[in-house]
Parts: sequence; C-alpha cells; structure tokens
Amino acid sequence: METTKLFVYITCRTFESTRTDAGRVVNVCVLKAAEQIGSEMGMANQSNRYSALSLAREAFRRHSGWGRAWRSPAPAESYDVVIVGAGGHGLATAYYLGRNHGIRNVAILEKGWLGGGNTGRNTTIIRSNYLQDDSAAIYEKSRLLYETLSQDLNFNVMFSPRGVMMLAQTHHEVRGYMRTANANLNQGIETEYISAERVKRLCPIISIDGPRYPVLGALWQPRGGTARHDAVAWGYARACSEMGMHIIEQCQVTAVNTSGGRVSGVETTKGPIGCGKLAAVVAGHSGVLAEMAGFRLPIESVALQALVSEPIKPCLDVVVMANTVHGYISQSDKGELVIGGGADGFNNYTQRGSFHHVEETVRALVETFPIISRLRMLRQWGGIVDMTGDRSPIISRTPVGNMFINCGWGTGGFKSIPGSGWAMAELVAKGEPGNLAAPFGLDRFREGRFIDESVAAGVAH
Amino acid sequence: MLRLRCPYCGVDADETELSPGGEAHIRRSGPGSTDEEFETYLFAKVNPKGVHFERWRHSNGCGKWFHVARCTETLEVFGSYRAQTLKPPKAVTDRIAERRPGWTGWRN
Repeated sequence: METTKLFVYITCRTFESTRTDAGRVVNVCVLKAAEQIGSEMGMANQSNRYSALSLAREAFRRHSGWGRAWRSPAPAESYDVVIVGAGGHGLATAYYLGRNHGIRNVAILEKGWLGGGNTGRNTTIIRSNYLQDDSAAIYEKSRLLYETLSQDLNFNVMFSPRGVMMLAQTHHEVRGYMRTANANLNQGIETEYISAERVKRLCPIISIDGPRYPVLGALWQPRGGTARHDAVAWGYARACSEMGMHIIEQCQVTAVNTSGGRVSGVETTKGPIGCGKLAAVVAGHSGVLAEMAGFRLPIESVALQALVSEPIKPCLDVVVMANTVHGYISQSDKGELVIGGGADGFNNYTQRGSFHHVEETVRALVETFPIISRLRMLRQWGGIVDMTGDRSPIISRTPVGNMFINCGWGTGGFKSIPGSGWAMAELVAKGEPGNLAAPFGLDRFREGRFIDESVAAGVAH
Repeated sequence: MLRLRCPYCGVDADETELSPGGEAHIRRSGPGSTDEEFETYLFAKVNPKGVHFERWRHSNGCGKWFHVARCTETLEVFGSYRAQTLKPPKAVTDRIAERRPGWTGWRN
C-alpha cells in the first residue's frame, strides 16, 4: 500500500495543474488509485471522516463525495429515548447517551432548525471560574471536554482558550473575585486574581482609569475562551447521526402522553412518537413543555441580547467581562466584536430584547474601550433564557415517571454544553443522577439547598 | 420596548421609567404553611407563553406599584390596573377574551 501512496503522490504533483485531456485521464487514474487506498483503509465511497487524506481524496473529484453531515430521517414509531430540543445541550445529551452508555435507539426532536435557538444566539464564552463547588465541578468538566471536543467529534469546533478576564470595578468585586480565586484554587481550577496593570498588559485597548468605574483588577482564567457555537451543534449532530440516532427537525412537540404516571410518548406535528424515556432539553421553553406534562418549574423565561460590530483588524485577543457595567466583549475570528449585555427583567418569549439594554451595554463598553466608539454595529438579536431563582441549572427527574429535564442554564448555557450533556446522559441512562448532576435536582428549591450563583456570577455569564 | 399606562398618574410610561416586579396576584404562604405551598409561593412562578399578569412599578414616575396583563409571545398589552385588588378587573379579562379567543380565563 505504501507504494501505491507514493505513486499517487508523485502523479498528483506531476499532473495537478495539467489541463489537457491526457492530464484528465491521468487524474482519473489517480482518483481510482486514491479510492483504492480509501477502501483499503476502510473508507466508504463517501468521505464521512474528515482528515487530511479525505480532503486530498476529495480534491481529485471536485469535492463531490462529501455527504451530508447528518441524515434527516422520518420519525419511527417509537424510540428508547426521545430528546426534545436539538440545541447544544440536547445533542450533547444524545451523544453521551450513545458514547458513554450505549443507548443508540434515540430520536432528537427539534421544532425549528438544529442549533437555531440559544445555541446559535450566544456570545460563545467558555469559562469555569464559579464560586460554588457544585457549579465549578460541572462547568470545569465541560471546559475540559471542550479542550478535546474537536478530536472527539472529528469536527473542528474552533475551541480557542484565549483567556477570560472578569473585571473588578468596585471594591466589592475585588473582594468577591479574590474569594472566587481562592475557591477555584481549592476546586483545582486554574484562575488567578490579577492587578489592573496586568489587565492593561493582557488587553492594551482597555482604559483602566474610568471615568465612572476604574478597573481595579480582574479574575483571570487563562484556559477559558471561546468556541464556534454552530460547529458545536453541528459536530454533535454529525456524531449522533453516525451512531444511528434520528435527528428530526421541524417537529414540534404538542403534547406529552403519560400512562399510569409514566411517560409513554409525545404528540408532535409529525405524528405521535412513543418513547421509553423522555428528556426535555428546551431551555427557554422548558416551562411550556412542563405545562404539557402537568407540572410547574421554578423558572422564568426572559430575553437576553447580543450584538456584533463590523469586522476590524485584530485588537482584542482575550475575552473581557465587566459585570458591574453589564457588558462583555470578545473578537471573533472574522474580526467582529461580539458584545453581550444584561437580560430583560420581565417574562418574554419574543427572541428580541429591549433597545435600552443595547444602549446601556454599548455605553459601558465605550467607556471601557474608547477605541470602539465609532464602530458600527452590524447585527443585534435576542434569545430566550430560562432563569432559576438561584441562577443555577436543573438536571433532574420530574414528577412524571421516566421524564427528565435539563434546563435553567439561564445566561450561561453555551459554556456548559458538553458537561451538561455528560451529566444528563448519565441521569437518563441510569434513572439516577451521577455526582455531577445530583446537586442540581428540582427538590433543592423545596429543601432550601440552593447553589447560589446569582450574587457570585453577577448578571453576566 | 414596552410602553405601559400607569393607572395612578395616567402617564404612558416608557419601559425605562418602569421596574418589572414579577408575577402578580401571588398569595403569600407564611409560617404554618406546608413546604410545598412555601416552595410554590417563592419559586414556582407561572411562566406562560401567552397571557401573563405581572407587577410593575412606576419607579421613575409616581413610584406606585400597579398590575399589567400582557402577552409574553407578542408583547401586546391588554390593560393595566391598580394593585389594590386580588384579581384582575372584568374590563381587562373581557379585553383578553376578545383578543385571545380560546383563552381559558384567569387561573383556569
């Protein structure tokens, strides 16, 4: 086989730019040889695995062999597990159900398009510098999974651990972040409290002098960062589809069927689908689905907004969060500044927020980063986030037998996708929560056992 | 951007003049209540996609609390009314029934 490879390599180099008929004939021969190599290496006729070899192989046939990343099958009559919601969390749940627990007779139902909810609307920040041990454990698990997610999924999610800093702009925040840094030290999470001068060195475009809120220091997590949000959903979807799971888009759940207090299936816009277990992973619409199943959640749905500027040359290679003034900012690989702000204070399902929040956010960021004052903003949008009383998520059994719920991630859903999926898959597979999910049960509200991040995290995640 | 009419001073107030105050008409469960009642009172808010009754405060105006009936799906406002009541007035529920045929009524 090595000889064949060498032959292909030499002929490629010789004829790659040949435009004559003879060249085409040779190219066809090369293609045949490449296919030969492919089949020897166990590759199907379609290039399903992304690699340098498959890229080279496709280069010879005008990239005609790339299949669809995931199939769109018609729903079957029933599945072992039905997951409602094909966003990051739902798809990650499906992926780890298959990979960690061997449950592959799974359908993921999505009322819109895959990754079109909050997965496609967030500001892509990944960090795990939380105060409470239970939160730190699941967010750090998530961040660790992000480190190798591209390799695990064979799909480039562009994880970029560029570093996240949370600015301390009041003396309360200084004390709060020093406390968090100490908590993180105990939890084994790499963070550090840094001085204002170090902030300026890491982020030269920042103005640390105020005028309203001078930068006094920051909580710095060097392995936090960003990832490509759509790619996370696409990568999980592709991996789930490869395991034989069904991803069914444009299939809205309209009712939850139960018999004897246990879930038996769902009614959808594509007909009834039976299931052994049901996992609701629908973020802002969790309350709607819970109502269908006949129980109420300690959740309120509100709009959270983000916006991006026109693309500019690289000027900011870290993520900066300023919680006192409600703004956070990073620069995407395209050069756009990605900006997020505060959530609205009233219930809302419209996926658009109030304009004055944009004004507040931009005003605060212009004070902190004077060079952006004349940038034009390209796009602004909103997503519906599910807020719990203690600003911590819910990964739990429900009053309905064999129905499980994963929600309440509020403004911090994207960073937690892999860890959330990992913990939820364990809960669904075993019927009992593992160590990661156990503290996040619904019963904590009745027991007063909160995981109170609402003060620790501020408004901005 | 919401504009709500303050039923006390009659001003059509911009959202920046107002502070949201969560679900309206919640009955407090105090000492002697069961854990379930207390949990419901504190945390289990209704979170409807549709007609919602909520509290607002005219914080940058007359400073008074009032109630609003609003649709969380379209942001349509059905009416606002004074807070000294245990249930929404008939004029407001009639308006909702007219605008949302099939609405099952307040707390039904």
